[in-house]
Amino acid sequence: MRRVLGIGAGALVAVGAVALVAFIPRLVSDFHSFDLALVGVYFIAIVGLNLLTGYTGQISLGHGALMAIGGYTTAILVTHEHWRDVWTIPLAGLVAGVVGFVIGLPALRLSGLYLALATFGFAVALPSLLKKFSGLTGGTDGLSFFEKAPGQVTGISGTVTIFGHSMTQNHFFYYLTWAIGLVGFALVWLILRGRFGRAFRAIRDSEIAAVSTGVNLARNKTLAFAISGVYAGVAGSLFVILREIVTPLSFSFLLSITLLVGAVVGGLGSLPGMVLGALFIKYLPTVSTHLSTRPGAPDFVFGVAIILIMILLPTGAGGLIGRALKPLTTWLYTRP
Amino acid sequence: MPLAFDWTQLAQQTVIGLSSGGTWALLALALVLIYRSTGVVNFAQGEMAMFSTFIAWSLVDHGLSYWTAFALTIAISFGGGFAVERVVIRPVERAPVLTVVIVTIGLFFVFNGAARWHWSTETRTLPNAFSTRPIHVAGVAFSIQDLGNIAVSLGMVLLLWLLFRFTKLGLALRAAAVNPGESRLVGIRVSWMLAIGWGLAAAMGGVAGMLAAPALASFDQTFMQPVLLYAFAGAVLGGLDSPLGAVVGSLLLGVFINLIGNYVGWVGNVLKLPVALAVILGVLLVRPEGIFGRPRVRKV
Amino acid sequence: MALLSLEHLTRRFGGIVAVDSVTFDVADGEIVGLIGPNGAGKTTVFNLITRLYSPNDGEIAFDGSSLLRTPPHGVVKRGIARTFQNVELFGSMTVLEHVLMGRHARRGRGARELIEYTGLSGLAHRDARELPYGVQKRVELARALASGPRLLLLDEPAGGLNHEEVQELGSRIRHLRDDFELTILLVEHHMGLVMGIADRVHVLDFGVLIATGTPAEVQNDQAVIEAYLGTA
Repeated sequence: MRRVLGIGAGALVAVGAVALVAFIPRLVSDFHSFDLALVGVYFIAIVGLNLLTGYTGQISLGHGALMAIGGYTTAILVTHEHWRDVWTIPLAGLVAGVVGFVIGLPALRLSGLYLALATFGFAVALPSLLKKFSGLTGGTDGLSFFEKAPGQVTGISGTVTIFGHSMTQNHFFYYLTWAIGLVGFALVWLILRGRFGRAFRAIRDSEIAAVSTGVNLARNKTLAFAISGVYAGVAGSLFVILREIVTPLSFSFLLSITLLVGAVVGGLGSLPGMVLGALFIKYLPTVSTHLSTRPGAPDFVFGVAIILIMILLPTGAGGLIGRALKPLTTWLYTRP
Repeated sequence: MPLAFDWTQLAQQTVIGLSSGGTWALLALALVLIYRSTGVVNFAQGEMAMFSTFIAWSLVDHGLSYWTAFALTIAISFGGGFAVERVVIRPVERAPVLTVVIVTIGLFFVFNGAARWHWSTETRTLPNAFSTRPIHVAGVAFSIQDLGNIAVSLGMVLLLWLLFRFTKLGLALRAAAVNPGESRLVGIRVSWMLAIGWGLAAAMGGVAGMLAAPALASFDQTFMQPVLLYAFAGAVLGGLDSPLGAVVGSLLLGVFINLIGNYVGWVGNVLKLPVALAVILGVLLVRPEGIFGRPRVRKV
Repeated sequence: MALLSLEHLTRRFGGIVAVDSVTFDVADGEIVGLIGPNGAGKTTVFNLITRLYSPNDGEIAFDGSSLLRTPPHGVVKRGIARTFQNVELFGSMTVLEHVLMGRHARRGRGARELIEYTGLSGLAHRDARELPYGVQKRVELARALASGPRLLLLDEPAGGLNHEEVQELGSRIRHLRDDFELTILLVEHHMGLVMGIADRVHVLDFGVLIATGTPAEVQNDQAVIEAYLGTA
C-alpha cells in the first residue's frame, strides 16, 4: 500500500514538473524565455556532472571543456557541412561522450585533488588548442552561424512553426532545452536508481568494498565520464545553438568551475537540486549586478555566497530537501 | 657548409626559461607550503598574491619607500592569510576534499572581485626590487632581476627548511599537518599551526607577486592568473609536498616550455600553456608524487 | 581436492618480505583459522587471495584453476567473498542496499532472507553507518553472503566484540558453514574463538608458516608458543 503511495507521489511530482515547464513561457517575457533556456542548458550539464561527481565521486573541473567539444562539433557541422542546427545535437553529445571516455582513462589512476588538477588542466588547455586548429575552428574569431550558414539556424526569421503551432524563436529555444533537459533527467534518474546507480555510489563510498562486491572500477568510472560527457556535449551544443556563435572564449575555465559550483550548490547526489543549482549559477551574477554595478562586485558576491554555502550547507540545496523529506520517505518505504 | 648548432641561442633561451620559471617558483612554493601544512590546494593563492601586490602598490603610491612597502606588505599578507584560515578554512577543515576545493574557489572570486572593486581596472606599475640592467656573459644576456628572483626563491626554500627542521615552531607545524589528532594530545594548538601555515604561504605569495609584477611592463588584476597555472604545473612536477621541488620544478618547467616553444615549430606561443598542462598530466600519471615528493602508501 | 590452495606464495614490499613462501590449503567445508602475532602477514595473505595485490612469486588456485589471472573485481564472481578488519561500509547506503550490492556480480540467496538470517529485520531501510559497530559487522556479513560464495574470508570478525558477542559469533560461524554450505577461512587474534571452531589452524610469524594442524596440536607447538611469547 505504501509502495503504491510512493509511486503515486512520484508520478504526481513528475507530471507537475512537466506541466510547470510547459506553462512557464506564458508567464514570462520573451526575453526571459531565452534566459530560462540558458538555465536549461546549465541544468543538463550539471545533471551529467552530478552523475560523475555526486554519484561516482570523481571530481571534474573540466566539464566546461566537454561542453566546448559539443559546442564546437555543432558549430563545425553547421558552418562547414551545412547541417541543420538542431540535428547536430545527438552527434555533439556523442563526440563529447567519447572525449569524456578518453579523459576517464587517465582518471583511473588519479583521484581526489589530483583528478581535480588534471581535469582543471584540460579545461585551461582547450581554448589554446581551439585557437591553434583555426582551419576547423575559426581560430580566435570562432564560427558564426549568421555569417556562414544562416539558412541552418532554426527560427532565424524570428518564428518557428512546429506541427502547425507557431512560436517565437526564444520560446522555441526554451522548449527545446527543457524538453531535452527533462528527458535527460529522467534517463539519469532511471540509470541511477538501479544496479548502475548503486555501483556508482559504491565506488564513491568505498572503492575497496566496491571491488569486493564485484564492481569493475575501470569500466564504471570511464562509463560515468562518458555519460557525463554526453550530457555536457548536448548542453554545449544547445549553448551554441542559442547564441548562434562560438569562440574559444565561450567556454573558459571559469565555466568549468561554475558548473562544479552549480552541482555542489544544487546538492551532489540530488537530482532535483540540480534545478536550483542551474538557477543559482545563471542568476546570482545578475542579482549581484543589481546590488552594485561596480566592477568586481558580482564576483565578490559570488565568492562569498559559495563560501557561505559550503560552510553552512555543504550538502547544498538537495541536501536540505533530502533532510526535509527524509521522515516522509522513510515512512513511505519502511515496513513496521 | 652546414650551420653549426647555435649554442649561444640555446643558452639564451634556457636563461629566458629560467627567468620565467623563477617568477613561478615563489608562488609554487606558497602552494606547496599550504598543501603540506593543511593538505589543501589553494586555488586562490594567485589572487591573494595579486591582492598583496596591489596593497604594495598602494603603499608606494602613498609615498612609502619601496623596501618599507615591501616589508609592510609581507606583514599584512601574513596577517591576511592567517585570518583567512581562521575564518573561512577552519569551519571546513574536516570536510571532504571537494568542499574545501569549492571554498578556495570562492576565495578566488572574493579576492579577484575585491581587488577590482577597490582599485579600478587600469594598469599600474611597481618598481623593481633589483636592477634590470642586462648583464652579458658569453653572449648570453640576463638581468640581476632574474637572478634575484631565483635567489629569493632558493633562499625561501632554505629558510623553510631551517624552520621545519630546526625550530620548535617548525616541528609543531609539521606535526599538526601530519597528525592533528595526536598533536593536540601533546599540547600543540593545531588550529594556530594551520593558520600560521596559511599566513606564511600568503606572505610568500605576496613576495611572489611583488617580484613578478615589475617584470611586466604594467600589471592589472589578472596578472597572477597565468602565473598560478604555471606554478601549479611546476609544483606538481617537483612534488606537491616538496618545497625544493616547487622551485626546481618551476625552473625546469620554464626552461622546458621555452625551449619547446622555440625549437618545435608548431608549438609556438599558442600551445605553450597546453604543453605545460600536458606535463602536469604526464607527471600525475607516471609519478604522482613528482620529482622530489614522497610516494603515498595506502594500507588496506 | 582442496577448494583453495596456496603454493609458495610470496609478497615483498620494498625490503620487507610480508609473505614468505607460504603453502597451505583449505578443504571444502572446512573452517580454517589463520593466526599469528601482529604484522605476521595474515591480512596480506587475504589481500593476495582477493587479488588486491599480486604475488611476487607462487601460485593461488581456487576450485581447480589459478586465481592469478582474475582481476580484483572478478574474485567474487568466482565464489570468494570477504569481510574487512575495519568494517568497510558504503556510507550512503541502507542495510538493504548493502545486501543488494552484495548481489551485484553474483547472486546467492534473496536479500530479505539474508537480512532475516543475520538478524537485521526491521533495519533494512536504516542507514548502515548509523548503526552500532556490532550490527555493522553483521551488515558486512550479509553483504558477503549475498553473493552466494563458496569460500568466505573473515578478517578478524571478533574485533571489537565483547565476550558474549564472541561466543555468539562462534556458534554463528559454525551455523553459517552448515546453512550455506560454505568453506570459511578466518584471520583472528581471539584465540578462544579460533581454537573453539576451527577444524585446522595455520600459524604465521613474520610472513613464514611456522605450524599447521588441529587447534590442539598447534596450541602445544613449541614454535608457536615462542612466536607469541618470545623465547625465555
